[in-house]
Amino acid sequence: MIAVLKHELRNYFHSFTAYVFGAFLLAIVGIGAMLYNLQAAVSNFEYVLSFGTIIFVVIVPILTMRVIAEERKQKTDQLLYSLPISTVKVILGKYLALLVIYLIPLAIISIYPLIFAQFGDVYLPTSYGSLVAIFIMGAALVALGVFISSLTDNQGLAAGIGIAVILFNYYSVSLSEYVSSTAFGSAIALSVLALLLGVIIRYLTRNEQLASGISLILLAVITATYFLNPTAFEGLLPNIMRQLSLFDRFNTFVSGVFDLTAIFYYVSVIVFFLFLSVQSLEKRRYN
Amino acid sequence: MIKVEHLTKYYGDFLAVNDLSFEIDEGHVYGFLGPNGAGKTTTMNIMTGCLSATSGHVQIGGFDIFEDPDHAKRLIGYLPEQPPLYMNETPLEYLRFVGEAKGLKGAELKQQVDKVIEQVKIQNVKGKRISALSKGYKQRVGIAQALLGNPKVIILDEPTVGLDPIQIIEIRDLIKQLGQDHTVILSSHILSEVQAICEKILIIAHGKLVAFDQPDKLESQLLSANEISFKTDAPESDVREALSTVEHITELTVETTENILSAHIKTDAKDIHAVSKEIFFAFAKRNQALLELTLKRASLEDIFLELTETEDPAKATEGGEQS
Repeated sequence: MIAVLKHELRNYFHSFTAYVFGAFLLAIVGIGAMLYNLQAAVSNFEYVLSFGTIIFVVIVPILTMRVIAEERKQKTDQLLYSLPISTVKVILGKYLALLVIYLIPLAIISIYPLIFAQFGDVYLPTSYGSLVAIFIMGAALVALGVFISSLTDNQGLAAGIGIAVILFNYYSVSLSEYVSSTAFGSAIALSVLALLLGVIIRYLTRNEQLASGISLILLAVITATYFLNPTAFEGLLPNIMRQLSLFDRFNTFVSGVFDLTAIFYYVSVIVFFLFLSVQSLEKRRYN
Repeated sequence: MIKVEHLTKYYGDFLAVNDLSFEIDEGHVYGFLGPNGAGKTTTMNIMTGCLSATSGHVQIGGFDIFEDPDHAKRLIGYLPEQPPLYMNETPLEYLRFVGEAKGLKGAELKQQVDKVIEQVKIQNVKGKRISALSKGYKQRVGIAQALLGNPKVIILDEPTVGLDPIQIIEIRDLIKQLGQDHTVILSSHILSEVQAICEKILIIAHGKLVAFDQPDKLESQLLSANEISFKTDAPESDVREALSTVEHITELTVETTENILSAHIKTDAKDIHAVSKEIFFAFAKRNQALLELTLKRASLEDIFLELTETEDPAKATEGGEQS
């Protein structure tokens, strides 16, 4: 795992990726600090972080697009399969390398509140609480990016899908106000999700019975619930969209609450997508 | 060293490897021969843990590749058909990574990397980016990678494809050298190559093993293809009479041009020289002269064509066993 980690890190610094990622993150935080802390003379550094999260839509996919897609394209994944390292360790090594790249600009950013504290009253617990939260939120987005990269051998496609998915996640709360909140609308949306889940399972396991079985059971449950207790679906879809938003949960930290359920949610997202990435790599062994 | 038992692999409905079983001993160069699409690469990918099998077992030095991949993979160095190189690295960086991934550290890592660089003769390009290297050098870096960690078995998938003649000779010499202290398995669809470097040959067709022996034994196995031709000035009736006393003749064709008779004989005898001797004495007894006598042994090429072009692979296996 350490070998993969070192190798990935060297690779990122060989190419522009690490520098581009760091530069963009530092630039947006710099602009935010200038607008909020300097011009508007607000002492809350967490507002800057909240302002900066939009940049993740672009820089996370750029950082993660090549992580597995490129291995496939260059056929170097064959080497990884034939080396005595397990797929779990390969994914963990790659993921940790990404986190290191991500931590470097964050480490620089973490000095800012201390500097501002020299010139006024900065409430440091909220600032650093938000910094920790933004790290874990970004880590969750990176895990999502790794998974998307593992689905294709085309870097550009991985980046495109990544941007689309993260953008949707970013606006999912605002969008949730426009989607149908009726029971029927929610039931239809859930059915579509159940089918989608079936397709993903089919893709990952190549087991048609398992995939269609799970889809059918979920569809049956949804239909039965809809006819027996339609009120359960009332407003469910917008609710789910709000719950899924990684960005929305970050705002809790900005308002000064260190929300452990949000941390737990982020960690679950990380574990979930790393698990899927491992499955996606393993699947190639079975095709 | 390697034990493959009832290996079967389906790609969807396509049967790529069909109940393949064989055993490979330590310390020889083995050739894996078969036409394109015969299942060579699939079998090699399964043996090295890159691909799962639909059913069957592979054991490397007693470790099951599916159940104990960590131990099994440590015994193998693998060069896939397309060398798995990171193009933006130098050979030195690349080999260090592979060495570390194989569990080498510190002084041992450095010593092994230096050793393989010397072995495959890439000292003068070790600091260049791999993307700038010629195909032959890339192939060498790929082989160097397989050699790291001093594995007992080295598996090379079509190691000479796409190289120029000089590079091919160099790579072949390198493989022969490796065969002295490793078990080397290489695949190829080029017969002369396998004949030149391998001590034992496995021929597969349609995912099945159709022959497994030393090249010269394979040749003598395919008896019906041994041919004797001679020329004589004796008339055809005399020739047929003389040959009637000779055993093991399966086919005789004669043709006369300008009073010289040319005869072609196919024989299934194990010892082709015994037959030619009999023919000689048959004519000598009748006081008739043989003007020319030539033997043509079946070449590996003939065997390959006969074995791999059979529609029903099971039939070919039977033929091989009978002899």
